[in-house]
Amino acid sequence: MSRRLVVAGGRVVDPVAGTVAPGDVVVEDGRFAAVEQPGVEVAEAETLDARGLLVMPGLVDVHVHLREPGQEYKETIATGVAAALAGGFASVACMANTNPVNDSGAVTQFILDRAAVAGGARVHPIGAVSVGLGGQALAEIGEMHRIGIVAVSDDGRPIMSAGLMRRALEYTRLFDIPVIAHEEDDELCGGGVMNEGVTALRLGLRGRPAAAEEVMIARDLALVELTGGRLHVAHISTARGVELVRQAKARGLRVTAEAAPHHLVLTEEAVGDYDANAKMAPPLRTGADVAALRAGLADGTIDAIASDHAPHHQDQKDCEFDQAAFGIVGLETALALGLRLVAEGALDLPTLVHRMSTGPARLLGLPAGTLAPGAAADLTLVDPERRWKIAARQFRSKSRNTPFDGWDVVGRAVAVLVGGRLVHDERPATPTLRVAS
Amino acid sequence: MAFTQRHLLGLEGMSAEAITAILDTAASFKEISERDIKKVPTLRGKTVINLFYESSTRTRTSFEIAAKRLSADTINLSASASSVSKGETLADTARNLEAMRPDALVVRHPLSGACALVARHVTCPIVNAGDGCHEHPTQALLDCLTIREHRGQIAGLTVAVVGDLLHSRVGRSNVHALRALGATVRLVGPPTLLPPEFATMGCDVHTRLEDGVRDADVIMMLRIQRERLGGIFFPSLDEYSHYYCLTEDAVRLARPDVVILHPGPLNRGLEIASSVADGPYSLIMNQVTNGLAVRMAILYMLVARSKAVQFADEGSGTAALPAAEPVRGRSGGRA
Repeated sequence: MSRRLVVAGGRVVDPVAGTVAPGDVVVEDGRFAAVEQPGVEVAEAETLDARGLLVMPGLVDVHVHLREPGQEYKETIATGVAAALAGGFASVACMANTNPVNDSGAVTQFILDRAAVAGGARVHPIGAVSVGLGGQALAEIGEMHRIGIVAVSDDGRPIMSAGLMRRALEYTRLFDIPVIAHEEDDELCGGGVMNEGVTALRLGLRGRPAAAEEVMIARDLALVELTGGRLHVAHISTARGVELVRQAKARGLRVTAEAAPHHLVLTEEAVGDYDANAKMAPPLRTGADVAALRAGLADGTIDAIASDHAPHHQDQKDCEFDQAAFGIVGLETALALGLRLVAEGALDLPTLVHRMSTGPARLLGLPAGTLAPGAAADLTLVDPERRWKIAARQFRSKSRNTPFDGWDVVGRAVAVLVGGRLVHDERPATPTLRVAS
Repeated sequence: MAFTQRHLLGLEGMSAEAITAILDTAASFKEISERDIKKVPTLRGKTVINLFYESSTRTRTSFEIAAKRLSADTINLSASASSVSKGETLADTARNLEAMRPDALVVRHPLSGACALVARHVTCPIVNAGDGCHEHPTQALLDCLTIREHRGQIAGLTVAVVGDLLHSRVGRSNVHALRALGATVRLVGPPTLLPPEFATMGCDVHTRLEDGVRDADVIMMLRIQRERLGGIFFPSLDEYSHYYCLTEDAVRLARPDVVILHPGPLNRGLEIASSVADGPYSLIMNQVTNGLAVRMAILYMLVARSKAVQFADEGSGTAALPAAEPVRGRSGGRA
């Protein structure tokens, strides 16, 4: 006996076709069956009211830090998943810099077990490239892959050893998974805490130059050419970095890239008067970099928007800027900031949805980001008119470290379906699940 | 009065009027230190805490004497003697000190922005006595006072600031103050210590000492912080000295009536030749004397005002300010 659901009355955003049109999405046994004309009669189907809403493939965030195991005071897998759903994400990929580091099958299994208990969004672990993120020896990538990692990364730390990076890119060909690289040269960063430039100079803070990212991207592109491995550039932040990736793609290299919402929206000036919620690595850059990132996002050089959700306790932010932790939470603000890019004309709506579902799903090989019949029915329903104020205090995340607190934004995810199951629902009048005769 | 801030965290963005108001007040306070009895009752019953997370002789002594000459009670806390060694955060330390109701906190800290952090957590006036590589506003104010004394005004002068601009809080505060007051500011140093972005702050950037000091009205030397620079930013102290030490030959390139400033402590023979430091055009000791007056002015302006605000809040009229006025009245007579 199959179970049918019609998500009815909404406007369907198909990022693969690049269209936005009224339509009813038919789901059968947790998988997409069809996108029908509005008002279609489907026998023995439940109806989920999507009137006034945008209906899109479930959003995918390929770069989050869920902090469990080890730093549960910042975030747990359960609170991270809740934050993901509140932000409209049906799938997240979590980084390996937990404690212990996800550099073994046991930790990978632990994460998957905790995610299963949490329920809701899909959680895809990313394994470490090197043992303990030490940058010395390869972690047991195969063992982790057998259990379920979708990529490897030492994110948070650059892989300073070109030799190790070369072997990582070679070895991961065995599993056809990407190496996700935090592209900042430690030596050039020199202990810097924000972008090197006039704002850092003014504030008397040590800078991390754009060149620190550029040289690492250039190095790793050469290594991709050498090895045939797959490189995914995490949180790209510089104009020249985007150009390097663009040229590499044109040459046919296997490289993908993601950009974080904060790098697409803010400049180094957000540091203002030593606001540690504007401290992250790579740092907020200049207006020219923001423009280049937006252009790269629009033309496909940048495949994905990824939040780099990095929860930190207030005590690690409300301190001297030099001593504050790097990173901000992003799961609950990413979509609204993305819609802001659409409102500002930086890209159109289907492209935004592509970069938040199809693009990230493809680069990790996840079965998501599509409405194709047979695919798992992950859906995000967005109220494009909903005006709301970002209030860190109300985050589902355990942490509140965001520079966007108090921002007035438009558009919000109001429901998420994973495998055809409604796992998050904050539509105004919810009791609309009913059985059609 | 054009200086209306609650704190003195830096000089960036401060108007020429505000800076001039501080300098005028400081000029009027100089006379107190020439008296036989070097004390006025202006801040009697007030408490000033010097919270120093970094070693300092000149600045801390200067702030302490400044407060005492105004009859304030002073307490000096240094990092090694405080709770810092027990792991207390800066914000907690500041909140605890404020709970003892001081009237001003003078803060020096090795990290940029530390004073801004303290100011976010307390309500009493904060005076930045140097935060990391950010600002050292009272130093720049005393430099401006010293220059103004000798040249009458600062507008139109060419001031060459020489040394480690990258790490210098003195340099930054002087850039802001001198630019606000209408000086032409030349920054001089090795390319490794002189980020080109200074040009966007309205400065001329020179890497050769001879170009920087040519026809300058004022040469301000910055201290080379030997402890943090060796080997990375220039090959050796000898080599630095070869290119950037202010010698008498270099001084001769400047205007004949050039004056030389240095915030101290001096590295004699490294960034400044002894014959220059001790020469007739050196105002280094005047700077120290003026530092006292500037700090008296800042404490007076911040603490007396907070008292006035407090009285106004309590609905007790404006009796507070006039009590402090005679000192300023004298300055009005002298000016």
